[in-house]
Amino acid sequence: MFYREAGQFKTSYVADESIFPIAQDRWFVVGLVVFAFVGVPLFAGQYLYTEILIPVLILSIAAIGLNILTGYCGQVSLGTGGFMAVGAYAAYNVALRLPETNLILVFLFAGFMAMLVGLLFGLPSLRIKGFYLAVATLAAQFFLEWAFARVKWFTNYAPSGSVAVGRIELFGYPIDTPGKTYIFVLAMVVVLALAAKNLVRGRLGRMWMAMRDMDIAAEIIGIRPLHAKLSAFAVSSFYIGVAGALWGFLRLGSWEPLAFDVNRSFQVLFMIIIGGLGTILGSFLGAAFIVLLPILLNQLPSWLGIPISTAGISHIEFMLFGALIIFFLVVEPRGLARLWAIAKEKLRLWPFPY
Amino acid sequence: MALGPVLETLIGGLLTGVLYSLVALGFVLIFKASGVFNFAQGAMVLFAALSFARLSEFLPLVVAFALAVLIMIALAYAIEFLVLRHLVNQDGIILFMATLGIAYFLEGFGQTIWGSDIYKIGLGLPTNPIFILESVFPGGLLIDPAELIAAVICAVLVLVLAVFFQVTRVGRALRAVADDHQAAQSVGIPLNQIWLMVWAVAGIVALVAGMMWGAKLGVQFSLSLIALKALPVLILGGFTSIPGAIVGGLIIGAGEKLAEVLLAPVLVRTFDLAGGGIENWFAYVLALVFLLFRPQGLFGERIIERV
Repeated sequence: MFYREAGQFKTSYVADESIFPIAQDRWFVVGLVVFAFVGVPLFAGQYLYTEILIPVLILSIAAIGLNILTGYCGQVSLGTGGFMAVGAYAAYNVALRLPETNLILVFLFAGFMAMLVGLLFGLPSLRIKGFYLAVATLAAQFFLEWAFARVKWFTNYAPSGSVAVGRIELFGYPIDTPGKTYIFVLAMVVVLALAAKNLVRGRLGRMWMAMRDMDIAAEIIGIRPLHAKLSAFAVSSFYIGVAGALWGFLRLGSWEPLAFDVNRSFQVLFMIIIGGLGTILGSFLGAAFIVLLPILLNQLPSWLGIPISTAGISHIEFMLFGALIIFFLVVEPRGLARLWAIAKEKLRLWPFPY
Repeated sequence: MALGPVLETLIGGLLTGVLYSLVALGFVLIFKASGVFNFAQGAMVLFAALSFARLSEFLPLVVAFALAVLIMIALAYAIEFLVLRHLVNQDGIILFMATLGIAYFLEGFGQTIWGSDIYKIGLGLPTNPIFILESVFPGGLLIDPAELIAAVICAVLVLVLAVFFQVTRVGRALRAVADDHQAAQSVGIPLNQIWLMVWAVAGIVALVAGMMWGAKLGVQFSLSLIALKALPVLILGGFTSIPGAIVGGLIIGAGEKLAEVLLAPVLVRTFDLAGGGIENWFAYVLALVFLLFRPQGLFGERIIERV
């Protein structure tokens, strides 16, 4: 109904291997990105920026990172919060100690540090598998959380244990309003998402997926587990570290290790499960869903005019959140991305499905 | 450091470890029978303890306990009927996420209907510390009798479960299901009933754990975080082994307390830290080290992989 791809022939290998083989898809995505850059700033207000758009975008970077590790390479990780903290504190320390560093370099360094830590904590994955590994990654989470709370050097000997970033500028151009922050984050997201999409389509991505589907069989056909698993940990931690630095610098401004506790890990894991394991699109859908859901649940009683105490609301929020998670898992265990694919397929044939 | 205090820490740690293994036991039961990594065990402990604490405010202890058992069985039924039944044959991680959803739901639900203050559980346990071996060490070793009783209860529980698994008809069916779902089903074992049974048993174990922890710390939200303490116990002992949960609990409990007393001050001095508090991660790192040598845990079933 929406479109027909009839008449679009692929006449070269390049055309066959493009990210969006159908012209309408391609233009839709380009249009969406242009709209995000040009259209959204025309009407968006402070609240939309700081509470919805910026968190969704930053967390979708983290979700892409975790999706590379869990969705593509099959290694369940509960250490996302810890790796985000590594990114945030690495960026803070660079910005503090070398104030002249370019902002882009600061974030790249954050990703790089998270990558090193990720490699270190990825080593056990060569021996430990499945849920044993998932619990083992909690070791990384709790250790890192503890390290940033206790080692005074990381927080520059701040007596309160919380750190704050000063002026943020890019090439001498200050990023001080939500609108500018949004554009900056959006640019990062576009670059990183495109890179991730291409990575998982390439040699590395195929290695990861082979590892995920059956590691022994993959090993037998000549994929080195060390190489495949550690590269997944490295790339994933890089993304998560960048997301952590962005979260600290552009969303929070000042933070404590508690901002990156184990609940953050679960939040990002929820995103990729609800969004869809092993899809880049799912990372975005999941991030949007998990960020928007609590906001909606919070507003619901006041819209319906039901008087409930604040404590009561938070408990009911918990309940509804849990119930909705279960509901979505029961309805479509393969996530929102799968629902989207089904809807697209149905619409393509509608109203003549035969 | 003198031997006396170290030994005292060791005993305290071992007794706390027993309480950890009580929580880990619930995990093991469910994982063994259905392959579900049940993250909601901590929330179940909280929910059971809350139910018991609020019921015992106006009912005699025995009646409150019986009612709480009934509530946990009803909960098991609800979980089986509303969640598990629809997720048969899904990946482990999907089921894991579903139990996370259950955990969120239970935490919210429990506090909505039972309230979110700190409640006391009065089991009438003796509270005066006991001193033992006064002839060997000056002043003797201090032991908390409540923890000692918890340890005894835990031992009895494990014994009962072991007999239940080995001797009874249901126990045999449970072991069959744990071995192979399909084979068990094909010889006529009703899978749904078995799952219901095992979740109910795990719920009752959670109730006992909740009563013990509740008597120790008071019943409050933080009780559901006990699950995070039980996880290293679980991977150390192996997901599928009941003795593993006990031994793992003892190792983790003792290791954690000893590390806090012996290792933390050294770390603080060497690295100029703002306080110790290594309890949170030490258990995990300890378990990780064990895992590097035995990837399936100390008592877990050997992982045999075929292509």
